Amino acid sequence: MNQAFALQCPIPISDYPTITLAHGGGGKLSQMLIERMFVPAFANPELEILHDGAVLSLSVAVEMREGRGSRLALSTDSYVISPRFFPGGDIGALAVHGTVNDLAMCGARPLYLAAGFVLEEGLPMDELWRIVQSMAAAAQAAGVRIVTGDTKVVERGKGDGIFINTAGVGVIPPGVQIAPKRAQPGDLVLINGPVANHGIAIMSVREGLTFETAVESDSAPLNGLVEMILAAGGEAVHVLRDPTRGGVASSLNEIAASARVGIRLDEARIPVLEEVAGACAILGFDPLYVANEGKCLAIVAPEAAEAVLAAMRSHPLGRDAAVIGQVVAEHPRKVYLRSRIGGLRVVDMLSGEQLPRIC
Amino acid sequence: MRFVDEYRREADARKFLTAIERLVTREWTIMEICGGQTHTLIKSGIDRMLPPQITLVHGPGCPVCVTPLELVDRAIAIARRPEVIFTSFGDMLRVPGSAGQAFETASTSGAWRGAQDLLSVKAQGGDVRMVYSPLDAVKLAQKHPDRQVVFFAVGFETTAPGNAMAVWQARQMGLTNFSILCSHVLVPPAMHAILGAPDNRVQAFLAAGHVCTVMGYWQYEPIAAQYRVPIVVTGFEPLDLLQGLYMAIKALEEGRYGVENQYIRAVTRAGNRAAQQLVAEVFEVCDRPWRGIGVIPASGYRLRAEYAAFDAERRFGVGDVTAQESPLCIAGQILQGLKKPHECRAFGRECTPEHPLGAPMVSSEGACAAYFNYGRT
Repeated sequence: MNQAFALQCPIPISDYPTITLAHGGGGKLSQMLIERMFVPAFANPELEILHDGAVLSLSVAVEMREGRGSRLALSTDSYVISPRFFPGGDIGALAVHGTVNDLAMCGARPLYLAAGFVLEEGLPMDELWRIVQSMAAAAQAAGVRIVTGDTKVVERGKGDGIFINTAGVGVIPPGVQIAPKRAQPGDLVLINGPVANHGIAIMSVREGLTFETAVESDSAPLNGLVEMILAAGGEAVHVLRDPTRGGVASSLNEIAASARVGIRLDEARIPVLEEVAGACAILGFDPLYVANEGKCLAIVAPEAAEAVLAAMRSHPLGRDAAVIGQVVAEHPRKVYLRSRIGGLRVVDMLSGEQLPRIC
Repeated sequence: MRFVDEYRREADARKFLTAIERLVTREWTIMEICGGQTHTLIKSGIDRMLPPQITLVHGPGCPVCVTPLELVDRAIAIARRPEVIFTSFGDMLRVPGSAGQAFETASTSGAWRGAQDLLSVKAQGGDVRMVYSPLDAVKLAQKHPDRQVVFFAVGFETTAPGNAMAVWQARQMGLTNFSILCSHVLVPPAMHAILGAPDNRVQAFLAAGHVCTVMGYWQYEPIAAQYRVPIVVTGFEPLDLLQGLYMAIKALEEGRYGVENQYIRAVTRAGNRAAQQLVAEVFEVCDRPWRGIGVIPASGYRLRAEYAAFDAERRFGVGDVTAQESPLCIAGQILQGLKKPHECRAFGRECTPEHPLGAPMVSSEGACAAYFNYGRT
């Protein structure tokens, strides 16, 4: 594998097998990195101008993509995940998916991304190349362009190989009104598939804990799925949220607090893969608090829920979509869960990290 | 999931609940020993589904909760040393030591409270690592011969065999850079202490299934006979607990006492002999202080003299570190089943999972954390 990558890598290993401080120095090596690695990988007319920033024609973007959309969504996120390569993804794809998904959860169609790289001196060049290729593939799959960027190099020991920041803009189509405070009693809570895969996949390869599992991260771009949800539900789609860090429990608590409503979950309906449930049981984790990177919670008026569920299930990322709960007027700001055996309990915000238990 | 889903079926839970309702004629107080069981009871809502005559009180079986505060201080003192790689199960990393507590009770602003736990030592540059097995700590010692690797060996009989194996292996390998900070405790002496107390309310026990997987349950037979209480060895899934409760209530209603085994898929009367032998090879029984309860005679393990070289307290000279508990915390009464978490004045106010005053609010198995996280306020 490595050799194949080395052959493809546009900056020959023999020249620079690793990142040096000069790659971030703004001189020839910086230029080489940009011109020979980033620009060809992310190829698009906005980037190829190689200006200090990308110049985007809003009217073109809007007319081309939307008709008469008049609102922009803007989002940014930084990615520091360790390890950089994990089952089901890598830091590059995640950096694209994460920002694409944040835009999609605003109801926007993501259009352009900016990428900032903080590289640590000594990062193997072929690893950077694999990450950049993965970002390019992820951007292409999501239908977005990476149109501007920045690279800095920090001294060895001052970073963790690579940190990536991405920022993105998208256009919100007319008629789409997505906001946490729009959740109202009677709405149903939908999710597009099993929870906790990403967090468990990462745990399985972290230092100190290696367990054999086939669980892969669910890292994926959700904008295509969201388009189908909005096409099926229109204005009846009240809230969209990707339950990343803190998991489903934390996202729903935020929504309940924002809309001043209660949310009632049904544990038996929440999809969890058997292997994920097993790993959670061993570690003492609650899957409701474990991170996802390809999941979308949709809070939808009851009359549209069936159509939205059907739309989700017709998309490859929503085959296992399910209705997992309902918004209620009782217990405002609180999330309750009906346990498998029929008991009732509060599902609170996570405090700190979940830590594996002793026995 | 096999061996899990079967124990979470609502229809079966209903059957047990109905059977319990039919059985109960008067009030009973039952203690589940283990924090894991407390967690399942509250998480699945069983405590609210039982007939009102049944009171569940939560026992001392949370290893994080009963580890004395001075042990946490000693762990912090060791972890701060530059030559040390301090290893621990995840649970223990967030337990505040007394420096954090003293600061916490003195502070009213709440802006910067309780910073002294093992995680904060890590943030300040200490080499503190979470491990999932003490054997991983032994591997670290092999890998880093120039460093001192210390494992925080806490827990009940369940974790004792793993810790014994780590020390035994380290000696076999001739490792001189591995040691354990040991605070092992035992269940039967704690049951004696609870049942022998003048204000005891407990009429029956659910014994901790995983402790019994290692130790068997023959040790509980004399306790059941002496105090005339039913003791039911019980598992950890919702239906295990409902069946265990059913068996305990049936014995109480029929005036029977003795030991019964609900957790037959994992527990035998004799237990795991190989594990017991290994524990006996490395550890010997000693008096141990239990956090919030005090010293219970013959209630813990310490390293045998032959293994004293692996004792971190001796190696780092921290045996004289002592600590003062927060005056607000009533962890001791909670761990003995005398009070419920929400009966504490500090519960949910000065004491929350973000700012715990006592260990039962820190550990995922702690009764206070279970009550707080699942909304029993």
